[in-house]
Amino acid sequence: MAGNLITYRECIKQAIREALLADERVFMMGEDVGHYGGAFAVSKNLLQEFGPERIMDTPLSEAGFVGAGIGAALGGMRPIVEIMTVNFSLLALDQIANNAATLLHMSGGQFNVPLVIRMSTGIGRQLAAQHSHSWEPLFAHLPGLRILSAGTHEDARHMLAPALADPDPVIIFEYTSLLNMEKELPEDLTGVDIQKAKVRREGKDISIFTYGTGVYKSLTAAEELAQAGIEVEVVDLRVLRPLDEETIVASVTKTNRAFVVEDASKSVSVSSEVSARIMERCFYELDAPVQRLCGAEVPIPYPKHLEDASVPQPAQIVSAIKTLLQHA
Amino acid sequence: MNLNPDQVKKLLSQMLLIRRFEEKAAEMYTKEKIRGFLHLYIGEEAVAVGVLQALQPDDNVMCTYREHGHALVRGMEPGVIMAEMYGKLEGCSRGRGGSMHLFDAKTKFYGGNAIVAGHLAMAVGLGLADKKLQRNQITCCFFGEGAMAEGAFHEAMNLAALWQVPVLFVCENNLYAMGTALRYTHAQQDLEKKGAAYGIASSSVDGMDLMAVMQAANEAVDSIRQTGQPHFLVCNTYRFRAHSMFDAELYREKKEVEEWKQRDPITSFKELLLQQKMLNDEDYQAIEKQVQQEVEQAVAFAESCSFEPVEELLKYTYSEKAN
Repeated sequence: MAGNLITYRECIKQAIREALLADERVFMMGEDVGHYGGAFAVSKNLLQEFGPERIMDTPLSEAGFVGAGIGAALGGMRPIVEIMTVNFSLLALDQIANNAATLLHMSGGQFNVPLVIRMSTGIGRQLAAQHSHSWEPLFAHLPGLRILSAGTHEDARHMLAPALADPDPVIIFEYTSLLNMEKELPEDLTGVDIQKAKVRREGKDISIFTYGTGVYKSLTAAEELAQAGIEVEVVDLRVLRPLDEETIVASVTKTNRAFVVEDASKSVSVSSEVSARIMERCFYELDAPVQRLCGAEVPIPYPKHLEDASVPQPAQIVSAIKTLLQHA
Repeated sequence: MNLNPDQVKKLLSQMLLIRRFEEKAAEMYTKEKIRGFLHLYIGEEAVAVGVLQALQPDDNVMCTYREHGHALVRGMEPGVIMAEMYGKLEGCSRGRGGSMHLFDAKTKFYGGNAIVAGHLAMAVGLGLADKKLQRNQITCCFFGEGAMAEGAFHEAMNLAALWQVPVLFVCENNLYAMGTALRYTHAQQDLEKKGAAYGIASSSVDGMDLMAVMQAANEAVDSIRQTGQPHFLVCNTYRFRAHSMFDAELYREKKEVEEWKQRDPITSFKELLLQQKMLNDEDYQAIEKQVQQEVEQAVAFAESCSFEPVEELLKYTYSEKAN
């Protein structure tokens, strides 16, 4: 299959392009998505191809254009709203938490909000505390939203279509650090199930539950552990709300050990939630306590060595799992 | 404006329905039939009635949490609104919203929004959808002067002007953001200028004068339909009752309230009609009676309704149907 290499950035772009071609009601708006071509060049040339009605540059006005996206969705459109990065998303948090997430319930089922919000997330390239947030857990706290994490090229390419088909608001987290990474994309894949977590690698000795940048890091660690004779199962949670508990339970029931990896800081995180659900559902299946490797409890620092130390690295995953399995 | 006797009676009865409905709601609140927040519109009736008469059934309406009056004028059943305030299943939002969150798809009534200024950008979005889908309808968005101090107001104004969306922004300036007076919250108290600052056609009107509000609203709506561009209308009004049922009204003098009550929009309109011989005392008594009956029926309906089974608690957190 050599020759089919594609960057994560190109995966996102193809997904957006496909959505615009598939449905006249779809349009994208956000800061610098048009004339600039996207802060990360994701939407380069889409303005030229689709015109300013469908690729709308917005002012620096997160609350305004996210709110307008909700209104346009109520009005029958299928907006894709790009928030340049998660770091700016709190400016729109009122719109997301108080409007998008509540309208269906508050109206007794009368008004649904078919909106997709995409945002680039996580550590980039030494961007320091205000531009390196991993806030998936914050949004995953809110009932009424579907929270997706595109930790692989496959999901970056194929999550958008089902997200747009969802009648309710969906947030897709994309990852700045993956943008330039090239991978082969399976050609026959046309959609992903946005209800379900995905087992990325099967194994029998231990399950790693992870999402976002943790997926490729865990797969790398799993490769190395395989050479030491440890067969790791890697589960990409990918739907952070509503959480796919069944896939988690099935994996723990199979491997009897659970390890959770995420970039977000440990306290009140997705890993806290996954760990708690495992305790509730699988306590008697466990051969060892659930362990976690998470982001440090610190605003992300600027220098490279400290930035690297702030989030889990594959070598740490390898060593933690060897310890957990009491591997020599 | 030439109005026939039927039209003026309808307008008067709409204002009176708001007044009597809310008096009854306050009573039911003290009887603990209604709980949570209850914000009364009494005193401001001419604004909802005067503005909404300018709209068509296809137009969208978005309101604040002080929206019982707008819902009634828009044609929602009084009983269904009362049932919502009772928290009953037969309420317009299945009891899930209460007083602050009246919703109705049939009349395109998009709430009942309880975060001050939080709905303004959504109104821009509704307008944007209408524009993109080339529907000849407008969105009418009500908010108070308190909302104009929020950043969300300014973002919405900028987007509305930038994208030229058919939205009527109606500021119901009742002089108090909860309990803090306009003079303590706005450096520029000439509110109309804040729409104009964004390049939006703006006007202001005496919100206690129904005919004046109608005139201003008709002009604004005509201009929006003709140009597709937004309009900003300030209606200067006053709420006679407390901000909510929890408010002890320590921030304003009784004398001030009494002075404004001299300008009661219902009394003024009634006097005008009597003077112009478009209404006689008998007509008025008939309207009062009819309205009282509607209110009594609304309460009887709400009382007869049921509560949603607790098993359905989680329903409508996510849609059951596909998109």
